[in-house]
Amino acid sequence: MNFFKGWDKVVSEIPEFLTAFLCVTVWVAIVGTLLALTIGIVVGLMSSSKNKFIRFIVRVYVEFFQNTPILIQIFFIYLALPAFGVRLHEMTIAIMIVSLYHGAYISEIVRSGVESVPKGQYEAAESQGFSHIQSMVYIVLPQTIRLILPPLTSQIVALFKNTSVLQVIAGGDLMYVAASWAGYTGITAPPYLIAAVLYFSICYPLTCLSRYFEKKNEAGYVQKKSKDPAILQLEGGALDV
Amino acid sequence: MIQLQNINKSFGDVQVLKDVNLQVKEGEKLVILGPSGSGKSTTIRCMNFLEEPTSGLVGIDGEIVTKRNKNKIVGEKMSMVFQQFNLYPHKTVLENLTLAPIKIKKIKKWDAEEKAMYFLEKVGLEHKAHAYPQELSGGQQQRVAIARALVANTKIILFDEPTSALDPEMVKEVLDVMVDLAKENITMVCVTHEMGFARQVADRVIFMDDGQIIEEGKPNEFFDHPQTERAKQFLSKIM
Repeated sequence: MNFFKGWDKVVSEIPEFLTAFLCVTVWVAIVGTLLALTIGIVVGLMSSSKNKFIRFIVRVYVEFFQNTPILIQIFFIYLALPAFGVRLHEMTIAIMIVSLYHGAYISEIVRSGVESVPKGQYEAAESQGFSHIQSMVYIVLPQTIRLILPPLTSQIVALFKNTSVLQVIAGGDLMYVAASWAGYTGITAPPYLIAAVLYFSICYPLTCLSRYFEKKNEAGYVQKKSKDPAILQLEGGALDV
Repeated sequence: MIQLQNINKSFGDVQVLKDVNLQVKEGEKLVILGPSGSGKSTTIRCMNFLEEPTSGLVGIDGEIVTKRNKNKIVGEKMSMVFQQFNLYPHKTVLENLTLAPIKIKKIKKWDAEEKAMYFLEKVGLEHKAHAYPQELSGGQQQRVAIARALVANTKIILFDEPTSALDPEMVKEVLDVMVDLAKENITMVCVTHEMGFARQVADRVIFMDDGQIIEEGKPNEFFDHPQTERAKQFLSKIM
């Protein structure tokens, strides 16, 4: 059996691959990302709550989802829910799982981001008369967001790839279509390679974006060079300070 | 007017303020001196409720400050300049000055900017309006922080060791601005180690040790004839 045989046969299947990719994988990833971000931000802010009970619940959630394989989580939901009489579409289950799983990671990113803003920033805000919520909105969160954009983007990449857990519950996503096609034709490498190329086409640009955010953070907050001659002159004339 | 009445403050088991009583009159320039750990910073931070006293009352212009009304009273009546400047790094110099007026006092952006430029000029930094804090030297950042305090138009400005984090050659530019400021009818409370500044601008000096005010007086009296042994010791070490 030649690993690289069968390209002629797989070509005609490409539209089917693309449909599974766009209608299932990409869709689950988009909805999953939005939900994961929502969960991550809410839970991340909750984890700096003063209430011990809230912090305890948050820890349980985060530790559970971070320390068990996502495959077990999806099986668990897929098999457990019918026992309670709940029937959900495979895509719904996948969206639930990827958003809960990555929401746990994102909440930790958000928490560390908020904690990394120095105490002096809150104090300056408070000394100006800002309420706690106003200080968060105008001063702390804008700094946090910029700081956490790189790891956040990496999480979105990971989430995108993890939509492939749909395969194990026959969810009709790209991975499932590739695997099942490989299964009944015995042609293995080409479908998986096509799937890899499709995943790569979305994930690679996102990874580059993450790197771009990182570079921007290294530079810190700096002025864009102004082209306005009046301002240039003003800045140029300021050699005494 | 600022009134501190029987202020006690503890952090855990450590009592850092012990029954502090203090009154600062309108327009007065008060300098708080003392060795580190004596409670000077905590005292000034109780005035604007950055630290909530464990017991005792803080009164500003006759109104008692509580957790509930502190944002309003602090926002209207007092500003603070910090040791570490605490400028907002994600905002330009101009935005640092206009953020609170626009968001809290609901002043129009244009008016807020005009006023901000006036005070930036006052501290000699109008040409840095569009720079970000990290692009400025420490001394320049602290001058921006002072301008940010001025733009709020509050009658009281609290200075918490404003020159302690600066390189020696930048101390003067900040002190010059503060000396200038002292000519105006603003109440200034200043925790500092700059004895020259204290002598020059203070109406009154208080000396703290171990969480208590142990001596107070006119600057010349205090520096030339300290009464307590502790103050003599302190002055002999730093002069």
